[in-house]
Order: sequence, then C-alpha cells, then structure tokens
Amino acid sequence: MEVMLAVLVGVLVAAAVYLMLAQNVLRFLFGLILISNAANLTIFAAGRVSTGQPPLIPEGADAPIGFVANALPQALVLTAIVIGFGLFAFALVLAFRAYEALGTLNSDEMRVAEPMEDRP
Amino acid sequence: MSWLLAFPIIIPFATAVIAFLNRDKPTGRWWSVLGSLLLLLASGALMVRVLQEGVVAAQMGQWAAPFGITLVADLLSAVMVVITAITGLAVAVYALADIDTAKEKLGYHALFQVLIAGVVGAFLTGDLFNLYVWFEVMLISSFGLLILGGSREQIDGGIKYVALNLVSTILFLSGVGLLYGMTGTLNMADLSLAVEEVENQGLLTVIAVMFMVAFGVKAAVFPLFFWLPASYHTPAFSVSAVFAGLLTKVGVYALIRMFTLVFDHDIGFTHTILLWVAGFTMVTGVLGAAAQQDFRKILSFHIVSQIGYMILGLALYTPLAIVGAVFYLVHHIVVKANLFLVAGVAQRLTGSTDLRRIGGLYKSAPFLGFLFLIPAFSLAGFPPLSGFWAKYLLVKAALDIDAWFIAFVALAVGLLTIFSMTKIWGEAFWKPHPDGVEPKLNKIDRADLWPLLLPIAGLATLTVIIGLSPEPFVQFAERASDQLLNPQAYVAAVLGGAS
Repeated sequence: MEVMLAVLVGVLVAAAVYLMLAQNVLRFLFGLILISNAANLTIFAAGRVSTGQPPLIPEGADAPIGFVANALPQALVLTAIVIGFGLFAFALVLAFRAYEALGTLNSDEMRVAEPMEDRP
Repeated sequence: MSWLLAFPIIIPFATAVIAFLNRDKPTGRWWSVLGSLLLLLASGALMVRVLQEGVVAAQMGQWAAPFGITLVADLLSAVMVVITAITGLAVAVYALADIDTAKEKLGYHALFQVLIAGVVGAFLTGDLFNLYVWFEVMLISSFGLLILGGSREQIDGGIKYVALNLVSTILFLSGVGLLYGMTGTLNMADLSLAVEEVENQGLLTVIAVMFMVAFGVKAAVFPLFFWLPASYHTPAFSVSAVFAGLLTKVGVYALIRMFTLVFDHDIGFTHTILLWVAGFTMVTGVLGAAAQQDFRKILSFHIVSQIGYMILGLALYTPLAIVGAVFYLVHHIVVKANLFLVAGVAQRLTGSTDLRRIGGLYKSAPFLGFLFLIPAFSLAGFPPLSGFWAKYLLVKAALDIDAWFIAFVALAVGLLTIFSMTKIWGEAFWKPHPDGVEPKLNKIDRADLWPLLLPIAGLATLTVIIGLSPEPFVQFAERASDQLLNPQAYVAAVLGGAS
C-alpha cells in the first residue's frame, strides 16, 4: 500500500511539475492542484497506512484497544484540503481577473508591473 | 496565564470582525486603530511576563503538549510580537489618510487585522502544523490586500506573488508531513528532542532543505525572491509598508526558529548553504536596486538585500551572530516600514514614485526630507542610527570566526545601499521637479497630514532611540540569542509546565 501511494505521489508530482513549467497561468494552476494533492497524500502515507482498523474506543474503555489507524494525519490532511481549496478558489478568480484586465494568460506577456523598457 | 499568550491573537481577529461590520461607516477605521492600540498593550504585557519569567507556554484547551495546541513565547517571539504591534499601529494610523473609502468598503481594515493576527500567530505558535495554518491566514489576507483596488499592475504583480507563495506553501506542507512520518510529532519542542533519535540523519537533512526552500521563498532569499520586487510596488502604500516590514520577516523568523531548535544536527551542511544564500541575497538585492528608477522598486530590492544580513547571522551560528540577527530583525522592520510610508507621502506631494518624474521635495518640504534621512541612513548603516549597530554586530561576528570574505561582502553591500539611498535623495528631494510643480506639505489636507506624518515621525524616533542607546537592546538580543542556542528552557516550558 505504501509503495502504491509513493508511486502515485511521484506520478502526481511529475505531472504537476510538467504543468507548472508551462507559460499558461491556467496550466500552472492545474499543476498546483495536482501537487497539493500529492502533498496531502504524502502526509497521509507518512502517518503509516493500515486497513480495517478504525480508531474507535470501545464502550467502557478509556483508550483504543490494540492497533488502530492513526487519526492525526487524516485530520491534518482534512485541514490542508480545506485551506488548499480556499487558496485555489482565490487563485482561479485571480487568473480570470488577470485574463480580463491583461487580456492574456501567458506569463511571458505579463509585464505590466515590471515593464521591459525601464530606461529613459 | 494562557490568556496572556492568546490575547495578541484574539484582539486582531475581534477587531477584524468589528471593522468588517463597520466597513461602510467612518468608524471602521477607528476600530482598526483602537484594536492595534490594544494589541500593543497586550504584547507589552506579554513582553514583561517573558522578561520576568523566561519562556512562557500555554496549552490550548488544557491538552498537554505534545498532543494539544501549544502557544509559546520566548524572548524572540515576544519581541517580534511587540514590533508587529508597533508597526501595525503605525500603519493603522497611516491608513486613516492613505486608504480611500472605496477600499474601506471592500474590507481593507478587516483584511489588515487578519494579516496582523496571522503574523502574531506565526510568532507565538509552538506547533509546526499550526505554523502552516498561520502562514495560510497571513497569505490569504495578504492576497486580498495586494489586489484590493484591482488595477492592472496589482493583478499582474498579484499573479506572481500568489503563484510562488503557493508553491512554497505546498513544499512546507510536504515537509511537515515527512517530518511527522519520521518523528511522530509536530510539536516544535518535542521535535527538537525527537530528531536526535531519528536513525537516518541523511533523510532529516533532506527534509531540512525542504523547509529551507519553503521558508526561503517566504523570506525572499536568493534565488527565490522574484515574487517580491514583482509585486511590492503595486498596492496601496500602507499595504506595501506592512508587507515590507512584516511578511518576509516571518519567513526569517521561521528559518531562525527551525534551524536553531530542530535542524541543528548537521550544521556543517545546512548552515554552509545558508551562508552562500546570505551572500548572494545581499549582493543581488542591492545590485537589483541600483538598476531601478522607482522609489518603491528600489526599496523592494533593498528588502531582499537586507534579508541577506539576517540570514548571515543565522548562517554564522555563533552567539554573537545570532545576537546580530535578532537585533537586525527588529531594526529592519521599523526602518523598512517607515521608508515605504515616506514613499507614500512623497507620492502624494509629487504625483508619482518614478524618480525621473518627481523632485523638489527638499526645497518645499524639508521636514519630510529630514524624516526620510533617518530611516535611509539607518538602512545603510550610518552611526549613530540603529542600522549601524546591527551591521557592526554581524560584521564583528564574521570577523571573530575569520570569515573575512563574507564580512567584506556585508560591508560592500552597505556601501551600495548608501548609493541607492543617495539616488533617491538626489532624484526625489534635491533636483527640481521636472514639471515645475512645487510639492508642499501644506497642500495636503490638515485632517490627512497628521495621520501621514505621525507614524513616520514615531518610527523615526524609535530608530534614533535604538541607535543612541543600543545597550539595552543588545543586552536583550544577547539573552534572546542565548535562549535560541540553548533551547532547554524552551523545551522544558512547553513539555514540562502544562498549565
């Protein structure tokens, strides 16, 4: 299971880097989604993966009995997904506004803030 | 006890809510000033407590560390919170005149207070995942502030700022995940013990480098700083000032914290990289500034170059060098925020920040010229201002361990800084205005004039005070450095003293 997750993370990161190296801002953002999911899977896998052992405490006991799945990484991933979702929504709207205001999504042509001819 | 640590975070959040509800009314901005004032009092109280009792820690919800959420303040955190509050107050007052009602209606004051809350949270948290969350709080509000108003330059700069900062965020998150996988804890005090028991120290170094890159983007070090000069000259002046003062310094703080507390296992490797990074950051920043012709762009590149000095202090990793880094951090926040505020007034008076199109400020507004010279000379390191002592400590630390070359670089960059500052002085203040306009201070509304000049004068006074009586500040930095290099007290306060 860990091996599969590791390979999956690798593939996601590779695809993400490929997309993020593109000049198009939208492609960059798609790459960002992939790589943020890869980061989430990394956290999940780092917490050790198990199957069929929910971290539940039986009635009457104070602590879980025997081996149970690690719940903390899942809480972390959940937080990270929510935050990532918010940031991505913002970035998407920003890209849309950029297309409206600048008329392009090609990052090479975005030189309004830093014009090429900066000399008199 | 725990409230003392929680107040500096709660106050800006509460202020943000009130300011947001009052965003249509003129009272909204005064709530922001009041909240900043309260934050200053709360941070002062925290500082007094930390000075008296050493490291203060609190467990939120009474869950004992390392399981609960820890807030912890040592001297470095406490002084950073105090200086954040001072900068926050200065900028909140400045914003009374700088931010128009259209931006207020969009929620400027609320975003500003959330930004302050994020910065303070990042300084006070004792938990790595929480640090990530505070970074995000800071980031999302800074996105909002950066593009508030929505001009073409802002959108353009915003895209670059957002893109590179999101990449850094994801790197940070992956690093957090991997570090958790190796040690089983995310509490920073607990981590500093747990990393010693990790079998594969090589992997730990890899993770350390991931953190270095992630925080390096935030701190704007070479070669990761390109988002900063692309965006910092675009938003409103008060936004530029608070960004310039605080945001990159959170990255520097995180670097100092992680690379003294957790990643001190392979200093020969990690801190050598940091030393190279520091040198290149200083040089590229100052050379970039020399090529610019815009008031704010020059200042933006100088942020980069000054970050190099702070990283230099961390990289040398001797007690005196850390003293220098702490002193530099405090001095730099005050000076840099102030310079951006001066740039705002200069733009008001002359109509532009492009140095080729403005001038004549000295003749008609000599008081502003005087106020500019204090932070500008301090930045360049003229005695007796605060920057001189900061640079003196760092160069002395470098010479003490025979690092002649980096000491030379630090001094040469100081010289080039003077060049940039005299360029601004000569172009904006000395030469006559090319359009024959005579910029006069009393052209500004009386109601606008004092909110613009009061924060500048206040921060300049602080610079002079630090410069004229550096001894208590250096002694304080020595104690802070001692705590950083001997983290036993920090660890004991977090893990031992659950309260």
